[in-house]
Amino acid sequence: MNHLLQVENMKVEFRTAKGPLTAVRSISFHVDKGETLCIVGESGCGKSITSLSIMGLLPQNGNIVEGSIKLENDKLVGLTDEQLQSYRGNKISMIFQEPMTALNPVFTIGYQLQEPLLIHKKISKKEAKQASIELLRKVGIPNPEEKINQYPHQLSGGMRQRVMIAMALACEPLLLIADEPTTALDVTIQAQILDLIEELKEQMGMGVIFVTHDMGVVAEIADRVMVMYAGEVVEMSDAQTIFANPKHPYTQGLLAAVPDVEADAHELNVIPGSMPNLDEKIEGCRFHPRCPFATDICRQKNPPTFKISENQEVKCWLQEAKMHIESAATS
Amino acid sequence: MVQFIIRRFAQMVLLLIGISFIVFMSMHLAPGDPATIIGGPTATKSDIEAIRADLGLNKPVLVQYIDYMNGLIHGDLGYSYRTGQSVTEAITTRFPITIKLAVASMIVAIVIGITAGIISARKPNSMLDFASTTFSLVGVSIPNFWLGTMLILLFSVNLQWLPIGGLNSPFYTTEGFKELILPAITLGTSTAAIIARMTRSSMLEVAQADYIRTARAKGVKQRKVVWVHSLRNALIPVLTVAGINFGGLLGGTIITEQVFAINGIGRLMIEGIASRDFPMVQGTVLLVAGIFVFINLIVDLLYAAVDPRISYD
Ligand SMILES: Nc1ncnc2c1ncn2[C@@H]1O[C@H](COP(=O)(O)OP(=O)(O)O)[C@@H](O)[C@H]1O
Ligand SMILES: [Mg+2]
Repeated sequence: MNHLLQVENMKVEFRTAKGPLTAVRSISFHVDKGETLCIVGESGCGKSITSLSIMGLLPQNGNIVEGSIKLENDKLVGLTDEQLQSYRGNKISMIFQEPMTALNPVFTIGYQLQEPLLIHKKISKKEAKQASIELLRKVGIPNPEEKINQYPHQLSGGMRQRVMIAMALACEPLLLIADEPTTALDVTIQAQILDLIEELKEQMGMGVIFVTHDMGVVAEIADRVMVMYAGEVVEMSDAQTIFANPKHPYTQGLLAAVPDVEADAHELNVIPGSMPNLDEKIEGCRFHPRCPFATDICRQKNPPTFKISENQEVKCWLQEAKMHIESAATS
Repeated sequence: MVQFIIRRFAQMVLLLIGISFIVFMSMHLAPGDPATIIGGPTATKSDIEAIRADLGLNKPVLVQYIDYMNGLIHGDLGYSYRTGQSVTEAITTRFPITIKLAVASMIVAIVIGITAGIISARKPNSMLDFASTTFSLVGVSIPNFWLGTMLILLFSVNLQWLPIGGLNSPFYTTEGFKELILPAITLGTSTAAIIARMTRSSMLEVAQADYIRTARAKGVKQRKVVWVHSLRNALIPVLTVAGINFGGLLGGTIITEQVFAINGIGRLMIEGIASRDFPMVQGTVLLVAGIFVFINLIVDLLYAAVDPRISYD
């Protein structure tokens, strides 16, 4: 089957004064039409870098050094910035974490909303203006006719994030990447924004990559979940399975760190220890220094990914042991 | 907005009164008597007394100041001690020349400064960036009179491409334009250097901003990201720097006018000071101070035009 987005063995490096640092370590995943993939993991594990790689918006010193990214049938790795411009804001859109700073302070909401339309669609200024009013209405902004003449500083954080969403959806993208779009907002606004993204996803049938470090948010919107740790994918599974039957000790730790879905932003720092720095050399599994179940092999060899069922993959040696036991039991 | 402008104008008037007082006092209390200069070396004591009485210099200083201010309110800046010409008239003939020089220099400063700054910021640490930052460093440190003299030597004396001095033809004629080139470069260079530095650092800072990433995420072309999304934001601090430096540039006209033998306000002022021509000095200083404060007002209004977050309501 052809996926909407297919990322294979993608490796991202940064050129730094200390030499090259690997931020994303050969990860593979896919997103289908109409599906929400949540990427979760502690801050610094590579969620944003993964998202930006797909957009072709890595920081100046960042590079995709290996692997491929395919959107439908188009290969995105290796395209020039100019070629990628026709995808950005058109077939792939992204919304960011910081609604307060993500809009340009010196241009009106209307100008910023019309920009993607005028770039990617062959329409007149007048039609673009009409379309931008419609978009604002669609994302639940009252008095859109007035709002298009206002500047970002005249809007609240929640309203600005709605504008960002309207902007991202202007050209009806195939894929929407939302990088912690609600982290900076308070809980009630957060719920509204999540509902809005869900609703628009249903309407447009687009694929969504939703980045968060909040398991409560995952529970609410994910179809499938990809758990990242220190630049690697450690577990990938559908949403039900991950909550009912998490296999990786890190995923289990993340879930244990959610005391109550109703509580305020749960920082995921309950697992003892902290994530390694990018320049730290780690033998074996990258999680083993923090893992309560680590064995000798975990300290020596980085585990492969074990596919333990049709929709669950885990990168952990514990699974090998279990699979041996299971296969021994069945034989 | 209107209220803001009115308030600023009121402040401006107070400020100018203060300046007039200080200049008046410092001229009158400084050594050197205009009467002796006017009388010349052959004048007797009684001649000089007569001149003093004629000019009103024998009255107490404060009374003289009040007389002067009284004239000022009625638009009378007095008459030159030296030539007898009305100060207002002298200023009106000289003023356009100085403004022409100042504006041309500011244009040079802004065009060169902003272009160099953008070129630098587009590829930091490249050869072009290096060239442009070196230019800034040299540009700020070069004294105007030296730069002016060198430019005259090279382009007017050796190559004979441009006139040696003067600024008499209208700027839109070829002759007038040629006359303007060297003085404008001389006076504009240091401001250009300061603006280039500010533009560079400001553009580099803005390039990191979230809204620039947003613009790129929309598929905006790189050229438009730089010239539209970045520049307008980056220009806000540049505007401040340019505004502040316009005052310095105005002061710089004095030296530049000397070097290029331009008959502007600066020369009028220098001649006035040398001959203790009190009314002329008063008049020119007040004018320059007035322009200075006025430009600051304009800069503040420009802020509001560039940055929608600023409003004076
Ligand atoms: N421009 C850069 N140069 C070097 N390292 C970077 C750069 N940008 C991000 N990183 C590093 O890459 C790692 C992944 O970052 P990121 O994807 O932003 O994490 P998160 O999962 O919180 O979104 C972090 O360790 C971060 O320090
Ligand atoms: Mg992030």
